[in-house]
Amino acid sequence: MKEINSLKMEFLSKSVNEGFARTAVAAFASQLDPTLEELGDIKTAVSEAVTNCIVHAYPQSIGRIMVRAKIYADNTLEILVRDWGRGIADIDRARAPMFTTGGEERSGMGFTIMESFTDRMTVRSREGSGTTVRMWRKIAVRR
Amino acid sequence: MKVKATTKDGKMTIYLAGELDHNAAREAMFEIERQIDEKLPRDCVIDMSGLAFMDSSGIAVILKTYKRMHESGGRLWVENVPKQPMRVLDAAGIERIIRITILSE
Repeated sequence: MKEINSLKMEFLSKSVNEGFARTAVAAFASQLDPTLEELGDIKTAVSEAVTNCIVHAYPQSIGRIMVRAKIYADNTLEILVRDWGRGIADIDRARAPMFTTGGEERSGMGFTIMESFTDRMTVRSREGSGTTVRMWRKIAVRR
Repeated sequence: MKVKATTKDGKMTIYLAGELDHNAAREAMFEIERQIDEKLPRDCVIDMSGLAFMDSSGIAVILKTYKRMHESGGRLWVENVPKQPMRVLDAAGIERIIRITILSE
């Protein structure tokens, strides 16, 4: 599929950047003319992915987070969120609803929400070297 | 993120306004617990009409508040939930545990 536009940004794993990341991706996605609901879904999915990096990839330190977004000719938005943190030992378990290693402050619903708010999600991770989450969401063409 | 609370006849209403994400959740939870400890309400309502954004961090806040009220034999429900936060609550199936009403427009 032909790539129409792309965005790449990198920031530190500080929780104040959660709002920045989801707003930036939403602003980039707005050229696809999404509905408010589609925009809300995109913001939520980005917020969950970036929060995972901050809470789980770099629990005791500050590291780098990279977010890349691409728009394809068929009106699909691809979002990639990558970190170089500690990685996920068991991806299937991490993706399961209500599972969390984040204690009472986390709900364990992050991956579930990313999955239900996008068309497809993949997670690649290696312990000690980091995690890459990719999500695709096709935006309906409105006339 | 703003947290405001009013109490009347043993029922506390907690108004959440702004963006409830991981960055805001800790302070919001701290303020909610402070209000509950101070007023010791019988029942508690979380009013979300002022929320512009919420992610799964908000679910943790609701569930922790629910637990806190449940321990003292009180009830908790969530009212006036706007569309985006409602989609998050729906995806998590929170309605199976807590009564939720949608914000009417």
